[in-house]
Amino acid sequence: MSTKGKVKGIISNLVTIGVDGPVSQNEICYISLGDEKLMAEVLKVAGENVYAQVFESTRGLKVGNDVEFAGHMLEVTLGPGLLSRNYDGLQNDLDKLTGVFLKRGEYNYPLDTEKLWQFKPLVQVGDQVEAATWIGEVDENHQPHKIMVPFNMEGVYTVKSIVAAGEYKILDNIAIVTDNEGNDYPLTMVQKWPVKQPINVHVSKPRPFKLLETGVRTIDTANPIVEGGTGFIPGPFGTGKTVLQHAISKQAEADIVIIAACGERANEVVEIFVEFPELEDPHTGRKLMERTIIIANTSNMPVASREASVYTAMTIAEYYRAMGLKVLLMADSTSRWAQALREMSNRMEELPGQDAFPMDLSAIIGSFYSRAGFVYLKNKQSGSITFIGTVSPAGGNLKEPVTEGTKKVARCFYALEQARADRKRYPAVNPIDSYSKYIEYPEFEDYIKTKIQGDWIGKVNDMKTILQRGKEVQEQIDILGDDGVPVEYHVTFWKSEVIDFVILQQDAFDKIDSVTPLDRQEFMLNLVMDICNNDYAFDSFLEVMDYFKKVINSCKQMNYCEFHSDKFEKYVAEVKAIIEEKKK
Amino acid sequence: MATKAFQKIYTKINQITKATCSLKATGISNEELATINGRLAQVVKIMGEEVTLQVFGGTEGIPTDAEVIFLGKTPALKVSDQLAGRFFNAFGEPIDGGPEIEGEEVEIGGPSVNPVRRKQPSELIATGIAGIDLNNTLVSGQKIPFFADPDQPYNQVMANVALRAEADKIILGGMGLTNDDYLYFKNVFNNAGVLDRIVSFMNTTENPPVERLLIPDMALTAAEYFAVEKNQKVLVLLTDMTSYADALAIVSNRMDQIPSKDSMPGSLYSDLAKIYEKAVQFPAGGSITIIAVTTLSGGDITHAIPDNTGYITEGQLFLRRDSDIGKVIVDPFRSLSRLKQLVAGKKTREDHPQVMNAAVRLYADAANAKTKLENGFDLTNYDERTLSFAKDYADQLLAIDVNIDTTKMLDLTWGLFAEHFKPEEVNIKQELVEKYWK
Repeated sequence: MSTKGKVKGIISNLVTIGVDGPVSQNEICYISLGDEKLMAEVLKVAGENVYAQVFESTRGLKVGNDVEFAGHMLEVTLGPGLLSRNYDGLQNDLDKLTGVFLKRGEYNYPLDTEKLWQFKPLVQVGDQVEAATWIGEVDENHQPHKIMVPFNMEGVYTVKSIVAAGEYKILDNIAIVTDNEGNDYPLTMVQKWPVKQPINVHVSKPRPFKLLETGVRTIDTANPIVEGGTGFIPGPFGTGKTVLQHAISKQAEADIVIIAACGERANEVVEIFVEFPELEDPHTGRKLMERTIIIANTSNMPVASREASVYTAMTIAEYYRAMGLKVLLMADSTSRWAQALREMSNRMEELPGQDAFPMDLSAIIGSFYSRAGFVYLKNKQSGSITFIGTVSPAGGNLKEPVTEGTKKVARCFYALEQARADRKRYPAVNPIDSYSKYIEYPEFEDYIKTKIQGDWIGKVNDMKTILQRGKEVQEQIDILGDDGVPVEYHVTFWKSEVIDFVILQQDAFDKIDSVTPLDRQEFMLNLVMDICNNDYAFDSFLEVMDYFKKVINSCKQMNYCEFHSDKFEKYVAEVKAIIEEKKK
Repeated sequence: MATKAFQKIYTKINQITKATCSLKATGISNEELATINGRLAQVVKIMGEEVTLQVFGGTEGIPTDAEVIFLGKTPALKVSDQLAGRFFNAFGEPIDGGPEIEGEEVEIGGPSVNPVRRKQPSELIATGIAGIDLNNTLVSGQKIPFFADPDQPYNQVMANVALRAEADKIILGGMGLTNDDYLYFKNVFNNAGVLDRIVSFMNTTENPPVERLLIPDMALTAAEYFAVEKNQKVLVLLTDMTSYADALAIVSNRMDQIPSKDSMPGSLYSDLAKIYEKAVQFPAGGSITIIAVTTLSGGDITHAIPDNTGYITEGQLFLRRDSDIGKVIVDPFRSLSRLKQLVAGKKTREDHPQVMNAAVRLYADAANAKTKLENGFDLTNYDERTLSFAKDYADQLLAIDVNIDTTKMLDLTWGLFAEHFKPEEVNIKQELVEKYWK
C-alpha cells in the first residue's frame, strides 16, 4: 500500500505535501493535476509535511491535489538500446515525444521493448554468479553490451537456466538464478538503478594512467587527460567552452561518449543532433552517434530535472563501465546544476553559504566527481569513466564556490582565458595556469614511454618553461620597451609565440587541423622544440619578429595539410631552410 | 475577462508589501490571475489557505478590505493576424485606440520546444553593418543582445537591423523604455512604411515596473503564433532586459527570497533562459530570432544580469566610440556571434572565416601598438602599419553607418591587407591568399 498525500503549499516548483504514511528521502511521487501526473522528488521531511521539487511547471496546481508516492528513488532503466538515444534529464526518450512542444507530464519508456537482439550466453547452468556478473552479451552498435546480473542482487546465486543463443527482446526472460535458500529469480536484459547511488561493482580503483587521446594538442601534448581521469573547463562566456567540449567528445578515443547538456543552450544540443549522425569517429570510422548518448536538459527545460540529468548521465556511464568499456562523460555545465541546487535551497529557506549556494555544495561536487575513475572488475577486466565538466563562473571570476569546489576534486584544469579569446587564440586554454596532475604520475610516464620514443615528458616540461619565460619577457618588454631589453629577450618571446601558434592554437573548424593524432603531435612538438632549442643570430630586435613570423606561417600551413603529404613535406623543408638562415 | 456565475469575492487582505498582497483563500491555482480593486495580480505562492499575489500595477493605495476576485486563468493573449500593426500594453490590451483583438486566447509563457524537434539555424540575416555581418554574422533563430551603456545608440542600431533583416514580422517588447524612445521606434517604423509588419508590447517608464515581467512572454507568445501557425520569420526586439531583471529582483525581494549575486534572485539564469530559449528555427520554416538590449552600468559585464545573459544568449554585440575615427563601431574584440560559423563561409564566400579572424588579429596587434605608443615607446614599422590598418578598418568596416553586402566587405578587407601588409603577415591559408590577395 503506497503512501498518499495532498498538496498543502506551492512556491514555484517547490511543493509542500501532507502525507498519511511513511516516505523516504529522495522518494519519487506523482502529483495529480487534471489528467496529468507531475513527477516530483522528496527533498525534505518535516513532521507531517514533505517538501518535494516538481520536475515540471506547477502552473495551475492547487492546494488539495492528490499525491501518490512511488516507493522508490529516481531511477534509470539500464539495458541494450541506450546508445544513439536522446534523453531528457529524467531519461524520457525525446524522439518518442510527439509534437513540437514538450507536454507537461508526458513520460515514456526509455528503451525499445520490441527490438530483437542477438543474445549470446556467457555463463552455463550451474555457474555461480553475483551482482554484475556478465551472463550474456548482445551487439549494440558494434559494442559488446554485457547483460549483467542486476546490481541490486546481494550474495551469490546459481544459474538454474539460461537461454540458448538467439534473438530476444529486452524484457524476455533470459535466465533464472537461484539463491542459497532455493528461491528463483528470473532475469531479463533490463535492470533499474537509483541515480543518486553510485554503482560499485568493481574490486579496485587504481590511479588512472592510460592517456586518453583527444586530438586536441593543448590537452594531449600540454596537459593530458587519462582514461578514468577527471577534468574541468572553467571559463567566462564566449571563451569557447562548448566548442572545446564538442571537439573532445567528437575525437576522444572512447568506446562510449555520454553528453549531459545540463541547463545550456538548446541550439548547441541541436548542433550535436545534426552533426553526430553524420560525422565519423576518427578511431573506428563509424558514425559518432553510434557510440553516443545525449542527455539534453536545456536551460529552458524544468530546473529540477537539470540536477537529475547529471546523475542520470553518470549512472548510465557506470553501467557501461561495468561492462569493461571506456566511457567518456561530458557535462556542460556543472554550474547550471549547482544553480538548480541553489534555487531549491533558497526556496526551502535553508541558511545560505557563499553566493547563496547551499552549504554542502563542495561536498556534493566532490562525491559526484569521485564516481568517475578507472576500475578493475571482478573478472579482472578494466573499465573507465573519464569525466570532464565545464564550469561557468559568474563574472568570469574563478574565486566562486563552484569553481573552487571543483578545483579540489578534478585532476585536470583547463583554464579558458578571456584575453586569449579576445585575441582569437583558440582554444583559449591558458597554457600556464592550466594543469594536469596526471603528467606527474610515474604510472603515466611509464605508459607514455610505450607510445612515444624519447623523453616526452621532459620535452613537454621544457615547452612549458619556454612559455612561462615568454610571458615574463613580454611583461618586461611592455614595461621597458622593445629596445630596452636585449635582443635575446625578443628571441625568447618569439619562441614562445611559435609554440603558441603552432602547438597550442588549433582550428576547430578546419577538417585537418581540428584532429591531431598522437604521432602527429609527437612530430610537431619535436619540430617546434628543435626550433626553440637553437640559438639564433640577429642584429636587432626588428629582424626577430619578421623572422619568426615566417617560421610560424610555414608551420601553420603544415597544420592545414595532410600529415606527411607532399605539401606537408614541402613546408617541413621550408621551415628547415628558414632555420638554417639564422641558426648560430 | 471571463465572468463566472458565482464568483467568490474576498475582502480581507492580511499583508501588503510594495509588490505583493496576501490573503486567505481556497481552491486557488498556482500562477492564477486575480484582480484587486480592479488591478491585475498573479498568484506566486500558496501556503495552506494563505495566498500571495504579485500586483503588477504596484500596491499603492490598496486597502486591506479591497475586493479580490480570482479569475481562474493565467495571463493570456488573444492571437490572430489582427495583431499586426498594433500597439499593446503589458496585459495585451490595445493602447493605440484601435479595437480589441479577436482570436484564440493563448496562455503566455507556454511550453518549451522539444530540442530534437528544433532545426539547426542556417539562414543568414544580412544587416549591411560589417561589424555584424563580417565579424559577428547573425543567423535566423539566434538570440543575441546588445551589451551597451545607456548613452550608446543601441536602439538606433537595433531599429536599423530590424528594418534590413527582411523579417515577416517584427515584434517589439519595450520594458522601461523612455517615452521618447518608444516614439522613436514608432516613427522609424512608420517612416519606413513597415508598420503593418510590427507588433508592439510597451511598458514605458511611465508604467509600473512589475508590469514589465509580462512583456517578454506577451511578445514571444505573439511571435510563436506567427512562427508556428503562419510559418513566418519573426524578429523579436526586447529592450531593455536589465529593466526586466530589476523587476524580478523587486518581486523576489518582497517575497523574502535570499538574494544571490548583485541582489538578483537565485533563479535569474532560469528566468532569463526561459525567455531567450524561445528563439528557435522550426522545422516547418518559421523562426523566432531575438535581438535584445542589456544595458550595463559603466561597461561592467561581470554584473549578474549581463553575466547570466552572456551564458544564455548566442553571443553579444558591443558598441564602442572609436576616438580615432570619431564614430561608433561594433567592437570586434568583445562582440561575438556564436552561430556565425553556421553561415560564414557557407552562405557567404569561402574566405569569410579566415579573413574575419585575420583582420581581428591584426586589429589586436594595433591595440598593442597603441598601448606601446601611449607608454611612450618607439613603434616598429609593423606597429605603424597595424595602426594605419586599424584606422581604415574601423572607418570602412566597423563603423555602424556602413551598409554594404558581405562580398563587398571581404573585398574591402583584402584590399586593406594588401595595402598595409605582406601575405605572410596575415596568417591565412595559402590557397586563399593566392586567390584573393589584391
